[in-house]
Amino acid sequence: MTIPVVTQLGRMTLALLATIGAVTSFAAQAIRQGLQPPYYRRQILRQMLEIGYYSLPVVGLTAIFTGMVLALQSHTGFARFSAESAIPNVVVVSLTRELGPVLAGLMVAGRVGAAMAAEIGTMRVTEQIDALTTLSTDPFKYLVAPRLIAGILTLPVLVLVADIIGVLGGYLVGVYKLDFNDATYLRNTVDFLQFQDVLSGLVKAAVFGFLITLMGCYHGYTSKGGAQGVGAATTSAVVSASILILTSNYFITEAFFAR
Amino acid sequence: MNAPKISLRGVTKAFGAKQVLRGIDLDVAAGESAVVIGGSGSGKSVLLKCILGLMRPESGSIEVDGEPTTGLRDGERTRVMRKFGMLFQGGALFDSLRVWQNVAFGPIQSDGMAPAKARDLAMAKLANVGLGPEIGELFPSELSGGMQKRVALARAIAREPEIVFFDEPTTGLDPIMADVINELIVKCVSDLGATAVSITHDMASARKIGHRIVMLYDGRLIWQGPVKDIDHCGNAHVEQFINGRAEGPIRMQVRRL
Repeated sequence: MTIPVVTQLGRMTLALLATIGAVTSFAAQAIRQGLQPPYYRRQILRQMLEIGYYSLPVVGLTAIFTGMVLALQSHTGFARFSAESAIPNVVVVSLTRELGPVLAGLMVAGRVGAAMAAEIGTMRVTEQIDALTTLSTDPFKYLVAPRLIAGILTLPVLVLVADIIGVLGGYLVGVYKLDFNDATYLRNTVDFLQFQDVLSGLVKAAVFGFLITLMGCYHGYTSKGGAQGVGAATTSAVVSASILILTSNYFITEAFFAR
Repeated sequence: MNAPKISLRGVTKAFGAKQVLRGIDLDVAAGESAVVIGGSGSGKSVLLKCILGLMRPESGSIEVDGEPTTGLRDGERTRVMRKFGMLFQGGALFDSLRVWQNVAFGPIQSDGMAPAKARDLAMAKLANVGLGPEIGELFPSELSGGMQKRVALARAIAREPEIVFFDEPTTGLDPIMADVINELIVKCVSDLGATAVSITHDMASARKIGHRIVMLYDGRLIWQGPVKDIDHCGNAHVEQFINGRAEGPIRMQVRRL
């Protein structure tokens, strides 16, 4: 009775380790190829546009409503201690440290990670990736590296915009619903905000950008077996990116603030 | 006879427990057009991908112009790849790029040609395969299967490769378009003076584009000889295949490789 369970556990552990090894060597090859010329600048710009600009509406909406609901919820709690003046600070710290990068990361994982896995997966099953190789173009240089670079560079900018829009959401609720004085709200927002709060959020964003694009590329690149395989790759890209975002988020937070 | 352009010795390849190539010895002379025939799952595509370097064989050696290519590193691989052109079965055109950009991809991205010049080159190559400049502005998804094959052929020959590979060039085409593609292949290969290696299970195509036919069965090379000899080769496997009979020594592969 116990043997099958142990066997199963062993198989799962081995499969997990094999996947970690495969992803690591994929990432290493992508970084090695990405650092050597030729650099495909046009591809990098195209991906930056795709990841950053076209994600603005969905990330902006997420941010503004998160900021609004933060102000509303913290008011419910803090009113019991007559600590309403802390609301602007709670909103801005929560957004810059946590919610900005994590929510933007999750939205981008759903939008961009999935699209990357589907696009590269389709290129794989239709032999377009093999075709790149036969045209003397390294697929890691042409497809993977530009996406990784674009992800690392663009997500911090996107998160910075999300932070600002989120604070705006909190401000709107604070001033127009909770009767804050607008100048007081802004002063409380800025006064207690530390550089490290924003910085940690931007570092998280860069890491998330790397993880999202890495998962999108890896699962697309290794997909096989036609439409079903591409579908599975898309799902895996989004799920694995989301899990990696949430776990790495904890460890980056610990590295920054746990002392 | 001169040294062979491509030379394979004892090439084996397996996927897990499944042995796909069981020791292939094959020489292709410069300027020759060799056609590899065989049923689905006989290992034809794997053989081609091993020669191209898209897959690495488990053992055996592959030499191109006398240079071993199995252990090449990235940079050297790119240099050897420069000699190759490949027509993929499904065309494998880049669907995000226009037709002319597809044809000009190699010259622009790998050889650093200026886009304007590469565009003229692409239009000339498209004309070679019977397509007008207006086709160049379209996207691959707007073209019919036969037109896509022509574009893919133009892309394969755009860098004037020394060796061209054709992966089932006529599969999925109607007989007339298939013959058009066959003629284009013959013309392009002789214009370039290139060495050609094709894989197909279409006998009409094999007879038209090949000088020499090689039959692969169950991961082994079971017959090879000039096209004219194939009808009286005396090999039961080959005769079953070229006559398309269900009855005979060949057992069909069930699982794909």
